[in-house]
Amino acid sequence: MSKRRPYVRSMEGWWKKNPYFVEYMIHESTALFVAGYAFVLLVGLIRLGQGEAAWNGWLEAMQSPLSLIFHLVFLVAIAYHTYTWFKIMPITMPPIIVGGKRVGPGVITGSGLLAAVGVSLVMLVLVFWFGG
Amino acid sequence: MTENLKIIEIEVLRYNPESDQEPHLEVYSVPFSDDMSVLQGVQYIKDNFDGSLTFRWSCRMAICGSCGMMINGIPKLSCETFLRDYYPDRIRVEAMAHFPIEKDLVVDLSGFIEKLESIQPYIIPKEPRSLDQGEYIQSPKQFNDYIQFTSCINCTLCYAACPQFGLNPDFIGPGAIALLHRYNMDSRDGAAAERMELVASEEGVFNCSAVGYCSEVCPKHVDPANAVNINKTNAAKDYFLRFLSPKGGAK
Ligand code: SF4
Ligand code: FES
Repeated sequence: MSKRRPYVRSMEGWWKKNPYFVEYMIHESTALFVAGYAFVLLVGLIRLGQGEAAWNGWLEAMQSPLSLIFHLVFLVAIAYHTYTWFKIMPITMPPIIVGGKRVGPGVITGSGLLAAVGVSLVMLVLVFWFGG
Repeated sequence: MTENLKIIEIEVLRYNPESDQEPHLEVYSVPFSDDMSVLQGVQYIKDNFDGSLTFRWSCRMAICGSCGMMINGIPKLSCETFLRDYYPDRIRVEAMAHFPIEKDLVVDLSGFIEKLESIQPYIIPKEPRSLDQGEYIQSPKQFNDYIQFTSCINCTLCYAACPQFGLNPDFIGPGAIALLHRYNMDSRDGAAAERMELVASEEGVFNCSAVGYCSEVCPKHVDPANAVNINKTNAAKDYFLRFLSPKGGAK
């Protein structure tokens, strides 16, 4: 008779066992903030469709102190998501060859982050320009 | 001479299937010199304290891939990890995570071996070729397409780093998929379509949620996460392209 009795360890709480997994879990959960903010903007669009009064009401709600605090929290969460998203981007892409050499992971992450910052700045300028 | 040696405490996860219900930790005080690896520390325990301590090793130079262990919770080759880097703290050594423990630091790798077989890790030529047709010609570019993925030593550290494998042991997993990709990318090979069936299957690449830790721990810089994620795109491409083929991809 076989004396084998392989022991299977439990996976309970696996994500707490390694800082890398903790970062992964925070990354995944901050995606909810991205979805959440898309929803906030969607509500704004619906209010816009309902006429001027509804739109102004939404704008006012956006400017309340509570809303400002929410915005700050969302900004931090979404910034973290952006950062970790571009950090894992190199492993998700097929190799990019430029001039016979493979583009390194640092360059890919860096350009991603740069693009994100650039687009955000352009948006800010546009909003201040046309937002009055 | 022993007096000059520093002493480090090594905590080892022990499990004897014949007498233990579950694994437990045991601590040993091991004298060591700066050139001693964790593997040598564990060997010292076996030679001096408890001959029944069980673990795998062979080359002790990071090439055979058999000495993987969790060292302070991180999957590492114990032969290229040094005790001096942990001293004076206690160091904890456990069997590789996510695999069933056979005995002490030895895990059951039979599942991995089956997966390795299933991906057909050898070149299956596109068409039969006779000797007088000469050798296969491969350009440096074609060679570059797969060379990185040939470095795998089957150490399975990437599996010990993959929570999705821990949660679903049927997942083909990073190491085997990296090798699958190695053969699919080889210009001499003609079996990519067969292997892609595995890639897209229930056990395939879509088990991966891009944690990415496998590539982090890989001692040979194979970047298995890259192979897995490139194949998500490949499988998706196959899926949509089959609608364009006459029989809808049916065999
Ligand atoms: S891909 Fe790297 S970590 Fe995984 S089995 Fe191969 S060498 Fe080991
Ligand atoms: S003993 Fe061969 S890799 Fe460590």
